[in-house]
This record gives sequence, C-alpha cells and structure tokens, in this order.
Amino acid sequence: MRVALFLTCVNDTLYPDTGRAVVKLLTRLGVEVDFPMAQTCCGQAHYNTGYRHEAEPLARHFSDVFGEYEAIVTPSGSCGAMVRELYPRMGERARAEGRGDTLAAALAPVVPKTYELTEFLVDVLGVTDVGAYYPHTVTYHPTCHGLRSLGLGDRPRRLLQAVKGLELRELPGADECCGFGGTFAVKNPDVSAAMGADKVHNAESTNAEVLCAADNSCLMHIGGTMSRLETRMRPVHIAEILASTEEEPSA
Amino acid sequence: MSGGTFVGMPAFPKAAHEAVNNPTLRGNLRHATHTIRAKRAVAVAELDDWAALREAGKQIKDHTLRHLDRYLVQLEESVTAAGGIVHWAADADEANRIVTDLVKMTGESEVVKVKSMATQEIGLNEALEAEGIHAYETDLAELIVQLGKDRPSHILVPAIHRNRGEIRDIFAREMGEWGRPAPEGLTDTPAELAEAARLHLREKFLRAKVGISGANFMVAETGTLMVVESEGNGRMCLTLPETLISVVGIEKIVPTWQDLEVFLQTLPRSSTAERMNPYTSMWTGITDEDGPQTFHLVLIDNGRTDTLADEVGRQALRCIRCSACLNVCPVYERAGGHAYGSVYPGPIGAILSPQLRGTASEIDASLPYASSLCGACYEVCPVAIDIPEVLVHLRERIAEGGPVTREGNKVVLKPAKGHAAERAAMRAARWAFSHPGALRTGQRLASRTRRFHPRSLPGPGKAWSDTRDLPTVPAEPFRDWWQRTHGGKDTDK
Repeated sequence: MRVALFLTCVNDTLYPDTGRAVVKLLTRLGVEVDFPMAQTCCGQAHYNTGYRHEAEPLARHFSDVFGEYEAIVTPSGSCGAMVRELYPRMGERARAEGRGDTLAAALAPVVPKTYELTEFLVDVLGVTDVGAYYPHTVTYHPTCHGLRSLGLGDRPRRLLQAVKGLELRELPGADECCGFGGTFAVKNPDVSAAMGADKVHNAESTNAEVLCAADNSCLMHIGGTMSRLETRMRPVHIAEILASTEEEPSA
Repeated sequence: MSGGTFVGMPAFPKAAHEAVNNPTLRGNLRHATHTIRAKRAVAVAELDDWAALREAGKQIKDHTLRHLDRYLVQLEESVTAAGGIVHWAADADEANRIVTDLVKMTGESEVVKVKSMATQEIGLNEALEAEGIHAYETDLAELIVQLGKDRPSHILVPAIHRNRGEIRDIFAREMGEWGRPAPEGLTDTPAELAEAARLHLREKFLRAKVGISGANFMVAETGTLMVVESEGNGRMCLTLPETLISVVGIEKIVPTWQDLEVFLQTLPRSSTAERMNPYTSMWTGITDEDGPQTFHLVLIDNGRTDTLADEVGRQALRCIRCSACLNVCPVYERAGGHAYGSVYPGPIGAILSPQLRGTASEIDASLPYASSLCGACYEVCPVAIDIPEVLVHLRERIAEGGPVTREGNKVVLKPAKGHAAERAAMRAARWAFSHPGALRTGQRLASRTRRFHPRSLPGPGKAWSDTRDLPTVPAEPFRDWWQRTHGGKDTDK
C-alpha cells in the first residue's frame, strides 16, 4: 500500500523526529511511504482564527498535492480533523456564498482518505501491536480534536498498551484541554497558561517520565510549560514511541 | 464588582487576567464545576436513548425557529384565548417600559421575581428601580447576588463564584437592609443559610401583589408557559401574587405539549444532574379564583431575529439555558463568569452575546476568541449547538467582516480595526504556504540561524514566551532530511 505522509507544517519545521518516526514505523509495517515535497499547510490556523478565505487556497493546494494517493496519513489529530471535518464545511460555506460546488468538489477526494496516524494503524492496517519497545513510564493526553472531532477513542491507548516495556499511567483529567488552542495561546495567554499548568501538574502527579500525545502543537505548549515549571517530565509524540524498538530505541 | 451592570466591560483577556490570578475564585469555580460536571455525566449515562433525545431536541427547536413567525402568532392567540394579555417588545428598552408601566398600573412599588435570564438580559431590575419599584429576587443564588450588589457569573448558579463563608457574611451584613435580618449568630452551614433565606423571603412572598417571571418553555398550541426550578420560590411567585408578568424571549416556543417530553428529560439532567427537577410549574392564561387574576406575557426580540437571519449563528437560539457547557468549559473554569461581560457567560455566552448585541464593543469582539475550541461544550449540549463552529464563524465576522443583520437590516461589516497586523500575517503565511519553495527557504533560514534564536519573544510572541519555553528549531527541517535520504524529487516552484 502506497500512502502519502502529510507531516504538517509544524512537524516539518520544528519536529522532524516525529516525521522520521512515522516513516520508520510505517516502513516497518510494510507500508510504502511517500512524502510529497509540495506539501505545506492544511490551513487550520487560518480557518480557526477567522480567515476562512485565506484558508481556501491552502485547502485546494492540499487537495492538489494529495489527491492521487490511496491514503493520506498525518501524525496530528487537529490537522487530520481540519481535513476531515472542516474541508467539507468550507465547501458548504462556499456554496452558501453563491460560489457553486467547485470548492466542495475540489476538496471531496481527500476527505475520506485522510487518516490520523493511530486511526490508520488500527483501522486500516488492523494492528495494535506494532512491535515497539519503549522501557519507560508514560501517561497519555488525548488531544481535543483527536478525541472529539475525529473520535480516536481508545486507539492510541491500545497501541501504547501493546508496547513492550511501556508502563501506562492514568492521567487525571485526561480529557480536559491543555490550553493550547492555536492562536488562543497568545490571544488569551493567562487562561491558556493556567490550563497548561494544570495539565502539567496532573501529568506530574502520575510520576511518569513521559507525557505522550498525538499532536505536537499541543505538546509544544505542554512541553514549553513543563520546562518553564522545571518538571522532570518530557513530552513525546506517540509516533516516536511506536517507532522505538530494542535495536533502535528512541529516548 | 458593584453596580450590577456589564456596561463598559474590558475585553475578555483583560477581565480574565484578574480571575485567573484570584486563588479563592479559582478554587470556588473548580470545586463547583467539577462536582456538577461529574454528576451530569452520571445522570446522562442513565439514559440509553440520550443521543436520540439530543437529536430530537435539536430538530424540534430547528423546526420551531424555521416557522417562528407562525408559532408566535399561534402562541399569541392561545394566550389571549386563555385570558392572558400579550405584549411585543423589539428591544430591551421597550420591554422595560412595558413592564414598568404594567407594574405602575397595579399601584404597587415592589415585585417578587422568579429567576429569569431574559429579565437580566434587559436589565429589568435596574429599570424598575429607576422608577421607584423594588424588585426582589427570590431564587437563593440570585438573592445572594442581589444582596451582595454583585453580578451573576453563571446561568444556573449565578453565585457560583461565592463560597459559603462569603455567603454568610453577605446575609449577615445585608439582609436587614432589604427586609427581615439574618438570625443572630448565623453560621456558614448550608442548612442555616437556607433557613435564613427562607425566613427573609417568606415575608416578601406573602406581601407581594405582583410577580415577575421568565419561562423555560411556551407551548404554542395551548398558550401554556412553564418554569422548571429546584427551590419552590418560583411556585410561590407564580401562584401567590394577583398579577403575573412573564418576560420571555421569542425563541422559547415549542409547538406542542408532546415536545416537552424531550426537554423535560434533557434539561434537568443537563443542568442540575437531576432526573426531574423538584418543581415544574405550568400556567395557561388565568383561572378563576386560583392564582394570579391578571397575566401579561411580554415577548422580547432584543437581537433574536437578527441572530435567526444568520444561517450558521442561528443554532445558538436552540439554547435551553441548561449551562452544561459552562460546567465543562476549561476556559470558564479559570476565567469565571464575570469576564464574559454578559448575563450569558461561558461558551454559550461567547456565541450569544456577540450576536444579540453585535460585535461593536471591545468585550463582544473579544468573546469569540475566548475558547481553545476544545469542543467539550458541543459534546454535552442537549440541543447539539456546535459552539466551536459558531465561534469560528464569529471570528470570521470580526477578522474578515461580511454580511450581518442588525435591527432587521442587512449590513456589511468591515473587518475589525484591531486585527490589521494579524490579517497581514495571515496573508503572508498563506502566500508562503502556497509557495513550497518560499516555505522551504524560511525553514532553512530558521534552522541555520537557530543558535541566535532568543529565548523570549517581543511583541505578540511575548504572550507565549512569558509562561512557556520556545521549542528548539532543529538543524534541518524534515523535508531536507527526506530529500537527502529518500531522494525526494524537489517539486518546489
């Protein structure tokens, strides 16, 4: 199966390790991975900040770049939700504005074949034990768009539970938002920081070494808060845990 | 916190700043919202047809809103046939004038009130006071707010920001000014506080000749109004006075009695986590020698038909004021209700206020951004209002401008002034993301200069780096690694 990796602009620029982990993991599972070099950004930040019309050309570009692949896999719950939930809505809004069906038609092909990484593993490949080894204590934070927009449910937890050497610890208040929220983090910095600090304190209470999530933008906020609060925990994307093996362990 | 008004509120982030740094308030809110949040989850989980009830509630409301013109006329006919008198108010001022005149006609100078969001929305108590009429709130939490010269901070539990020690102090200090004083040596035990309120209020119930209420529902086919409540104060106000004046938003209609079947299951479980609320009062016009002998219904628009004209935003009118969205909201929990600058706080307030009042004021223009878009509100909403969708829609209205309806007229809003820098940044980002080559150049530049990156940012970036460390830019972006190792064809344009 030949799939396209939609890494997301944030991961491409700031978290290449996550991209390398996805490639390593999927290759190990027999998937042929391609990274279309023309990919940029799904437009989520524009859309959610109120610039829907600026997001439209980015969505069209996404569809041009990824439209021909059998499946599109992304290690981001929120960018996955942008394509799956909000691309159809953008098409509807364009129609309501009297601009016809062209945007909806242009975006339609990518919507059903875009998968968040853990969805792709569990639903498409049908695996929960990916042969990973990660000898650390881990607590898992389900990020909001993965949890509520995509309905990832227990998929990430099932994958983590099957990792050899990994001890999963329950995160109190797991389904509460970490406070990132894209531009919310800088538009409402006090509330965002308070939510982040509460998330970090809950994570610390588990005494786990690692806080794991499936979205690096949330982890950027949580991790930035962790180091500022001088906690000993570290944030790790789930792809890096699932890619880790006894031969090639990741930290 | 005095004055009991929200006029001239600062923007949300500024108002929230104080609340976030008030440990007592944070503690009160955290305790209260987490308690009710957990109870609601249990109460809802008891019903295996919850999803179907939620969908039914949504559809009943959507149908009613779609045909609101017809149902309003039907309601007026039914209420009139049952002996009530219907008044129409386009805005808050008109509604206040009507109610004030109605009270004056009775010759009374005091009224007892059932907890009502609509009368708070229009500022009725203040309008009555200006005409020498004293309005006494009889809901326990509203009493606490009124005695404390405070503002409500929650739809259902307006004194949620107060703990029982603070309530004791307010009762001991203020009750004597308003009527029967608090008993000597009042402690902060809930039973003693409730008894003090009961004694204080009883005097008001027995003396009042005029009652003022809102309504949770109005049944178009019969002209019946309904109030659901927990304390019994509503029942007293609705039955003891000679004159009853109900002030209700036009969106509170349901077509038939049978429709109530849905909402009487979803509302109590969503709001107080009860299977059934303790008191459900219904009245249809007037009844000879039983209850009020004069009944006025004041129907208020106050921005509702403007809201109804917007095809994304109109879903906010489905709201049944349960406040489940407030109780699960992580932003509400930390910012508190007052920061929302409206009697409608929390997620629902963030989409209702900028629609009912427009987005011209600083506070209303800031409310659509008072959310991380986590979606917890939508998940619990018993009428499936997609609050995040409306928030983003209203952000667009502010950032990009566009067509809206104000006072019945179609107008085109200009993009908000304060967003010029953001708009430019979004355009620049869109340009870079439309040109992979430019993006790549930027990424490489960031990687190569990474040793010189500051640890804190100036300008808007300061809002990030004040409380969070910045991520370290890697030595090379992923796409460079991919090209090096997988020979990816460079399709940069």
